[in-house]
Amino acid sequence: MLKDEDRIFQNLYNDRGPDLESSQNRGDWVNTKDLIEKGRDWIINEVKTSELRGRGGAGFPTGLKWSFAPKEVGSRPHYLIINGDESEPGTCKDRDILRFEPHKLIEGCLIASYAVNAHVCYIYVRGEYFLDGQKLQAAIDEAYEKNLIGKNASGTGWTLDIHIHYGAGAYICGEETALLESIEGNKGQPRLKPPFPALIGLYGCPTIINNVETIAVVPTILRRGGKWFASLGKAKNTGTKIFCISGNVNNPCNVEEEMSIPLKDLIEKHAGGVIGGWDNLQAVIPGGSSMPLIPKKTCETLTMDFDSLVAEKSGLGTAGIVVINKDQDIIKCMARIAKFYKHESCGQCTPCREGSGWMWRMLERMAKGEASRDEVDMLGDVTNQIAGHTICAFGEGSSWPVQGLLRHFKKEIEDRNNFNPTFDIDKDIPYLVDQHLLDKKDA
Amino acid sequence: MSLRRPSKEQPKDFEFNSVSLEEAKMIIGKYPEGKQQSAVMALLYIAQKQNNNWIPLAAMKYIGKFLEMPYIKVYEVATFYTMYNLAPVGKHFIQVCTTTPCMIRGAYKIVEACKEKISEKENELSTDKSCSWMEVECLGACVNAPMMQINNDYYEDLNKEQTLKILDKILSGQTPKPGSYRGRVNNEPENNRKTLIDIKNA
Repeated sequence: MLKDEDRIFQNLYNDRGPDLESSQNRGDWVNTKDLIEKGRDWIINEVKTSELRGRGGAGFPTGLKWSFAPKEVGSRPHYLIINGDESEPGTCKDRDILRFEPHKLIEGCLIASYAVNAHVCYIYVRGEYFLDGQKLQAAIDEAYEKNLIGKNASGTGWTLDIHIHYGAGAYICGEETALLESIEGNKGQPRLKPPFPALIGLYGCPTIINNVETIAVVPTILRRGGKWFASLGKAKNTGTKIFCISGNVNNPCNVEEEMSIPLKDLIEKHAGGVIGGWDNLQAVIPGGSSMPLIPKKTCETLTMDFDSLVAEKSGLGTAGIVVINKDQDIIKCMARIAKFYKHESCGQCTPCREGSGWMWRMLERMAKGEASRDEVDMLGDVTNQIAGHTICAFGEGSSWPVQGLLRHFKKEIEDRNNFNPTFDIDKDIPYLVDQHLLDKKDA
Repeated sequence: MSLRRPSKEQPKDFEFNSVSLEEAKMIIGKYPEGKQQSAVMALLYIAQKQNNNWIPLAAMKYIGKFLEMPYIKVYEVATFYTMYNLAPVGKHFIQVCTTTPCMIRGAYKIVEACKEKISEKENELSTDKSCSWMEVECLGACVNAPMMQINNDYYEDLNKEQTLKILDKILSGQTPKPGSYRGRVNNEPENNRKTLIDIKNA
């Protein structure tokens, strides 16, 4: 288990209060000026040494991302954007940072914006987190008052303005280019890449977009050194990470732990074990709903980091662990996730817009045992038609959980749905019902 | 995609009152000159707050003029994002999360409670016209599942009995206390905390 002094988020459970004074007692804002005076190259190199990977899901190396920003500011200003549109089912870590550790985030914003030459930073907070956003705003006001940000921020000569932009209930705005569209005042439909936002982003200007957790750990990394961070976890999967353990466990919780911690440790030690005992475990979704589920036998030995999970054909994603025990109907669980994706598809690319609803309808019928036996293969086929054929990664996100279900629980589906349409011709199969007819009529 | 329709009954006019106007101007100031369109989402929120928690078409037209952008672009934004209510909702607007992490911890019991206390159908006003409820997708409090949101407040770690009590309070005009209903502190593992103990006890 990680030692307490190595935990970055000392106030994760709000024992001390999120205000400036207690944050300073925990070490925030102590020598920000010295850190910044060491220069841009030192900051970026230190982050590269730490091997910090983005905490928003994709796991892109943060230092590398920052080095993509143009070295000199040309005719267009640079922007820094913090992605706090946390909407992935199973994930609730950024909310705790916004409400309990806002000063870590704000200090991180100052350091990161200096590193990428930005004078304006927008923090995109999902609309449902309005009250948590208000707490962040209070912390920002406090920081302005003490001149930690604003003109000549923290005495560094750098000017930084931080604004909060609230989302309004669209999951897709967590995708970085959809987020840019949303800030520009459009509906949140992702853009084609390239050009990447680091060169052409918000208002057509160079823009660096990072997750809340990524930015909030940066000040501590610089203070304690990239080597310290890299010494935790294992190579290329370094540091600490907030894990959210939800679902059928005795004590669902958020906990900061070392990367590469065994999944069983997280569930048994921190979350108080699976309801009904370890043997009652059915499957685990390891990284938020868009990551394929992992069956029980793999859970015994699995370690939680980017590369080990990729080896299991899943992913760490946002580290939102959803534990599903044997009392749950796994097909129904996945059908509900498919409904989520159907609801949240932005509608821009046809495979995703039509396919997400198609998968949901099929899974709902499979949960009831109303699907025909050849539909099981058809479902797999639909997922392959979506993944990789869309502008953004939502296509993969919606089809991977279904593929995971088919990979590990195909037998359950086939046992339940085994009628043969050639013989059972009387069976009424609504193959293609307009999904809007099934949707809420009075929405 | 989600299907959303504007209400059939629409007021003729809409205008920001002085409080809204001031707030709107402050928000436009956050964005670079000439990029005032960025403020459209925040302005829709302001309109929603001023107009009993829903946005009439007249407000979209007004915001379009206010930000010098075409009405259709405002309409696009208002219909795309699900937190903008396009038809009247209750003064107490209850959203129950039923996505998988909440579902497997019994979110549909909360839905039952809403059906018993408020209205049989989603988006229908209660008999005293003060409340309405709907099922929503993940609200981002998965370790506190099952949960619901009433206006801006999160009510967490619920079960059916407690939900019925909360709804009774809401219907009788009181404001129940938000937060966990199992008495736990924020997101810590209940009775099983193994980390940051020194800080807790200090």
